[in-house]
Amino acid sequence: MKAGTNLEKILESGAFAVTTEVGPSKGSVASVIQRKGELLKSWCDALNVTDNQSAVVRMSSWASCVLLKQMGLDPVMQIVVRDRNRLAIQSDVLGATALGIKNILCLSGDHQMLGNHPSAKGVYDLDSIQLIQMLKTMRDERKFQCGEDISGEVPIYIGAAANPFADPFEYRVIRLAKKAKAGADFIQTQAVFDVAKFAKWMQMVRERGLDKQVHILAGVIPIKSAGMARYMRDYVSGVYVPDEIVTKMEDAKEAKEEGIRMCLETIEELKDIEGVHGIHIMAVAWEDVIPRIVEAAGLMPRPAL
Amino acid sequence: MLISEQKPFEEILSSLDGEKTVFLIGCKGCAEGCETGGEKEVMEMRRKLEEQGKTITGFSMIDMVCDEPLTRLKLKAHEETIAASDSLLVLCCGTGVQTVAASADKIVHPGCNTVSSGGAHAEWREAERCLECGDCILDFTAGICPIARCSKHLLNGPCGGSQEGKCEVSPDLPCAWQLIIERLTKLGRLDRLEDVVAPKNWSVSLTSGPPTKR
Repeated sequence: MKAGTNLEKILESGAFAVTTEVGPSKGSVASVIQRKGELLKSWCDALNVTDNQSAVVRMSSWASCVLLKQMGLDPVMQIVVRDRNRLAIQSDVLGATALGIKNILCLSGDHQMLGNHPSAKGVYDLDSIQLIQMLKTMRDERKFQCGEDISGEVPIYIGAAANPFADPFEYRVIRLAKKAKAGADFIQTQAVFDVAKFAKWMQMVRERGLDKQVHILAGVIPIKSAGMARYMRDYVSGVYVPDEIVTKMEDAKEAKEEGIRMCLETIEELKDIEGVHGIHIMAVAWEDVIPRIVEAAGLMPRPAL
Repeated sequence: MLISEQKPFEEILSSLDGEKTVFLIGCKGCAEGCETGGEKEVMEMRRKLEEQGKTITGFSMIDMVCDEPLTRLKLKAHEETIAASDSLLVLCCGTGVQTVAASADKIVHPGCNTVSSGGAHAEWREAERCLECGDCILDFTAGICPIARCSKHLLNGPCGGSQEGKCEVSPDLPCAWQLIIERLTKLGRLDRLEDVVAPKNWSVSLTSGPPTKR
């Protein structure tokens, strides 16, 4: 075991993992994230906490992770390279490890122009792949990025993202290979709305043997309304929503039910794709629906390891 | 004047690893003034590379390399020689290296680091293509600069926000990494992106503050 987190145990055991994510509140009240933790505690193996997602300021990921850890959840701390340089990130990683936060997901982060402080200076000292490599060096060689020794162990389980729906398509697998080479242990993909395209990507992943090197969790998003489908299609960076999905949501008598139905259908198809080791549910501002989805998808009870 | 410094010879040599025939390009503008890419330096580079067993297929002195129409015209005269060479080594500022990359379907190696624009602009006005980062990486990015042209300065791009060749920041902004991948694909050298590129040395960049003793 590299970190001994619940997520690592589940994935290493070969079980089909269920992870999900929450966004911290735009404020200082602990109960907001605690309420979400309480709701999701029994329904997932690990819970991601976003790091100023969409470049909108929220409570820090590491502090929110500590609140969840205290409740017995296995948090996944997200780190984006947009806001912090290599010094700040390394010190946060040491602090997080000391507090028992041992799953870390490495991301580029949406550009600051897209958020609520568009005039901010972006940092981008490292990119997401360099971040993965730095964490691996911290863990395996106990060395900082500069080469100096770290005192004590840094037991972390390293995650990364993959977007099979971004361009150029053919290059996406090479980029995943770079992330595996840099040291990623698990991968969370961008939300899948086009299973055929995802399956094609997975085939390329298997051809390079990458499914044997990293655990791939396929991302899903339950859509709440036709408006949300349109918004994601037109404005959310990195998310690909085919027109067909928008039409289905527009035509549905009960949009929420249709959103859940489509999400379950996608999960069912994803389970059958070789090399997919779990799902990652991103229920944006709709965390309440997660227990129902996990139950209906036949993924309960979650294994206790 | 754009201020450049020649890269250490060992770095230049290592970037030419596996290549036998090299065509040299020098600049009679700023690089001549900086004594990094004038005729004297180009001849010196030819001598040193030949000593290392490289074949220098020819050279061209351009006044100035960042003048895109002029560079196209000058390289046209060497079209066949360039086509028969493994690569081009360009001794001038980063904008000039990118002008050459845009003018020839050939791997382009930068021979210099651009440390300051000295308050001036290069002649290629349509876009600011060199941010004088002081540690030129155009060698593995097909002569297209991700520091100047990627919104996140990624060295292992593209990020997940690249859609249909455009950056997530604006539909008017081309994704630099899409351009890099397209060009490397065209040159049959996509393998150059397989390795993980290490974090950049920003200490030689003006983004770290005013220049100090280098």
